Amino acid sequence: MGILNIVTYIPLIGAVLILLFLPKENGKAIRYTATFVAVADFIASLYLWFNFDPKGTGDGMWQFRFIHSWIPSLNVKYDFGIDGISLLLILLTTFMGIIAVVSSFAAIDHRQKEYYILLLLLQTGMIGTFCALDFFLFYVFWEIMLVPMYFIIGIWGGPRKLYAAIKFFLYTLSGSVVMLLSILALYFFNSDGIPFLNIKGLGNAATFSVLQYHKIGHLIPPTLQFWIFLGFFLGFAIKVPMFPFHTWLPDAHVEAPTAGSIILAAVLLKMGTYGFVRFALPILPDGTKQWLPWVVALSIIGIIYGALVSLVQKDMKKLVAYSSVSHLGFVMLGMFALNPMGLKGSVIQMINHGISTGALFLLVGIIYERRHTRMIAEYGGLAKVMPVYATLFLIAALSSMGLPALNGFVGEFTILLGAANRSIVWASFASVGIVLGAAYLLWLYQRVFWGPLDNPANKSLLDVNKRELGLLLSLVVLMVWIGIKPGIFFDIIEEPVNYVVRKVDPTYFAKQPLVYPPATPVAVTAVETSR
Amino acid sequence: MNWNDMIYILPEVILTIGASVMLLVPVTGGRGARLSAKWMMIVLLAVTAGTLIYCSHAVENIDQSRQLQAMFALDGFSIFFKLLFIGAIAMLVMLSEDFLAEGKYSPWEYYSLLGFALCGMMFMASGVHLITIYIGLELLSLSSYILAGFYKSELKSTEAAMKYFILGAVSSAILLYGISLIYGVCGSLNLLEIAAAMSTIVTNDALMFGIMLLGAGLCFKIAAVPFHVWTPDVYEGAPTPIAAFLSTGSKAAAFAIFARIFYTGLHDFHVEWNYVLATISALSMIIGNLAAITQDNVKRMLGYSSIAHAGYVLLGVISLNALGLRGILVYSVVYVFANLGIWATVLMLRRHQYAGERVDDFEGLSKRAPLWAFAMVIFLLSLGGIPPTAGFIGKYFLFAAAVQAGFGWLAVIAVLMSAVSMFYYLRLVVAMYLREGVEAEFAITTPLRIVAGICLIVTLALGIVPSSLIDQAVLSSSHVAAHAALTPHAGR
Repeated sequence: MGILNIVTYIPLIGAVLILLFLPKENGKAIRYTATFVAVADFIASLYLWFNFDPKGTGDGMWQFRFIHSWIPSLNVKYDFGIDGISLLLILLTTFMGIIAVVSSFAAIDHRQKEYYILLLLLQTGMIGTFCALDFFLFYVFWEIMLVPMYFIIGIWGGPRKLYAAIKFFLYTLSGSVVMLLSILALYFFNSDGIPFLNIKGLGNAATFSVLQYHKIGHLIPPTLQFWIFLGFFLGFAIKVPMFPFHTWLPDAHVEAPTAGSIILAAVLLKMGTYGFVRFALPILPDGTKQWLPWVVALSIIGIIYGALVSLVQKDMKKLVAYSSVSHLGFVMLGMFALNPMGLKGSVIQMINHGISTGALFLLVGIIYERRHTRMIAEYGGLAKVMPVYATLFLIAALSSMGLPALNGFVGEFTILLGAANRSIVWASFASVGIVLGAAYLLWLYQRVFWGPLDNPANKSLLDVNKRELGLLLSLVVLMVWIGIKPGIFFDIIEEPVNYVVRKVDPTYFAKQPLVYPPATPVAVTAVETSR
Repeated sequence: MNWNDMIYILPEVILTIGASVMLLVPVTGGRGARLSAKWMMIVLLAVTAGTLIYCSHAVENIDQSRQLQAMFALDGFSIFFKLLFIGAIAMLVMLSEDFLAEGKYSPWEYYSLLGFALCGMMFMASGVHLITIYIGLELLSLSSYILAGFYKSELKSTEAAMKYFILGAVSSAILLYGISLIYGVCGSLNLLEIAAAMSTIVTNDALMFGIMLLGAGLCFKIAAVPFHVWTPDVYEGAPTPIAAFLSTGSKAAAFAIFARIFYTGLHDFHVEWNYVLATISALSMIIGNLAAITQDNVKRMLGYSSIAHAGYVLLGVISLNALGLRGILVYSVVYVFANLGIWATVLMLRRHQYAGERVDDFEGLSKRAPLWAFAMVIFLLSLGGIPPTAGFIGKYFLFAAAVQAGFGWLAVIAVLMSAVSMFYYLRLVVAMYLREGVEAEFAITTPLRIVAGICLIVTLALGIVPSSLIDQAVLSSSHVAAHAALTPHAGR
């Protein structure tokens, strides 16, 4: 059966059960069933966590493999398997799945049945995308995710939901269809060749297996790599989103319901970065190097631009949305440092961003449910009426801006080290982004929570209830855990990251035998090495 | 020709006799009129399909390639399309019932015309000789002209029929002129002999002109830009079941002859015509999709969308490789089923005559007919080429064929335009799910439900387990591919 199939399809089965057996009037039963399914899925994914072997190398790096023939005439395989990177992202997905479901209890009051069904379908799509090791299968899951998210924004969104939903759908779709062309080009390079372009194929049996392309990637001529990378870049960069493809993001985030924003920020954006690290980098080493200056420039622009735009936002949710552009810029910068340090930071930061920004969206959603406005100017002095909420918001904000002992620091610092290892200029630009990050978050905090409590509407606000507290505390525990004991996470991604580095630059480890000793608590060692 | 050869055209013979009898039934007065025209038509279709399968087994041992040398071939390619046509017409019969009952039109005339149209389509699929193809095409066209004007009392319908007739007649003349020029140069009308003659010709202006005219005539039939202007008007004016017929069955038949003529007859001149067709394909995708965005009438929108789909199918012709040929077969099936499902919905919303055809009429459908709205979403996603629906598999083949053939720029246009197409398909989804407007009126009848159900199951099943269709397409097109000496494909 394959544990990965179980993890992937539990939400789908749950969705079908809700569809068939629960009447739409019985909101309570639907909510609890959806929660039960999400929790069950998380528990199933914990099985992966406890049985994963971080030491696996070579083909052993891909664990819990499940291969089955799907479309024999095209040699499309149903090929599931995960490495450390996918493992962390799957855990993030199932965890945030619970958060998304539970955080919707009060916010979603109409068409609940459809809502939870779509949320669960979306989860199946996301997990499938992280598991797929066959391009065809990957593409199918990648596209499946679009539809539920479209409906979640479009039905339960804010005033401009139609515009935001269509923009989200079309933007992502245009990127992914171009990516499909890149996949086809790879496919024909591996098999028949492209006669009109005078590109001779390798003559291998046609396949969509990602691992096969990892093996033959370096044989692709540089010009072809250039174009294939462009296709992948468009597909993934729109999803990340990188500047200047980010314009769908603020609209989608602002209009989406809270859970939609959480899932969008925590998991959907990671699809883009995951795509780069899983496909674009290892398959197209030459393409990566040719496009590197552009990608890095766009990442740095994204970091600073995102931060500056966040600074001037009047709407809290929009602020958090733009901060995502800035944070994902960090992730991309670390990745394109193309050294183990930068890549590790990048992967860890994917998880961190999911947790911190997910928490921020949740917090914004909580206050929105009470006051039905997200305008910063409407608030002030909230710390007096909502002390617990204020504390939790502070922790989330600090985690997002990278305070040591919280998760954000681990990721950002490692990324900076990796970037500095490559070019001190990159790192200097990026550190500007960190300063700005502190600025917009602290300023937001100051305006919302401190100062006089002069808006009468705010005087009777209720503090977080038990349900919200539970959700937020669980996120805070994760923030602290990754912040003070990141070693276990770094161990898990050690092998996959080195694998990617070797694919991009086969001589990397020969040139620099001592990058840093593996499997050590990173923050401390990292500081020492840099000295 | 002897009596044994009759077995090749036995299904068509039976169909023609059946359709003629149906035309005569009302004349006999009292006794015949009590029979149900619908059921008689369905029985006729079933008998035709049965005979077709029987005959195909009977001629199984005859080399399919040898058949290509005649005028009429009962080969895998034609059987594939013929079964698709019969299926499509059977579903159209189900869709037509309400329309006929409402207008008190004679079902006998209507169904027998559909029967003749089907006969024409079957001849087109089997034709390996330009005369056979032309006659089949004319039989289909003449029946379609009448059917398009079947709302006898409605000005719009008459206008549609007139437009369709005049433009269709001109295009047939152009087609015929092209055929005569090709005959003049090649000395034969059999596609294989044309191909053989062409392989010895380096270049010849008359031949080029002939191919151009032939292509123009064919492009009119599939409604490719710039020969597309009739489409939206005819779709809008024609009775809805007939618009459904024109956009599915009739169109698939035109795809079949397009593939047959270019793959079997004209492949040697590929370099000469491929850029012309590539331009036509690009224009069809761009203009069809962009124009569809602004339409408020669903029938017009589907008309423009069908122009775009003709552009996608042309990718399969232009590529001239095994994948492209398979793509045409697979796409025809996928397209017919998704489109019929949408037309069934339009019919369901149709209250009387032309009402219920605007995008607004779909508003709030998800509330009162949730399952139907869901099916509609699947059909729309399939037309847009989003997995896991069958449309993705069809588009995959066509895009892959274009990439393999080196038409990268065309593939880029195609994929971007298929993203654009989602914009107007989503307008219907928005209306159904995201708007809570006036309560849409509709009447779900059993035949409509059956058609939509079949289309839904096929569209989803072929999207999730497409192997059987792909294998069948590979098998059915193998001898055509072998004759054209197509670029092989490592997939199989």
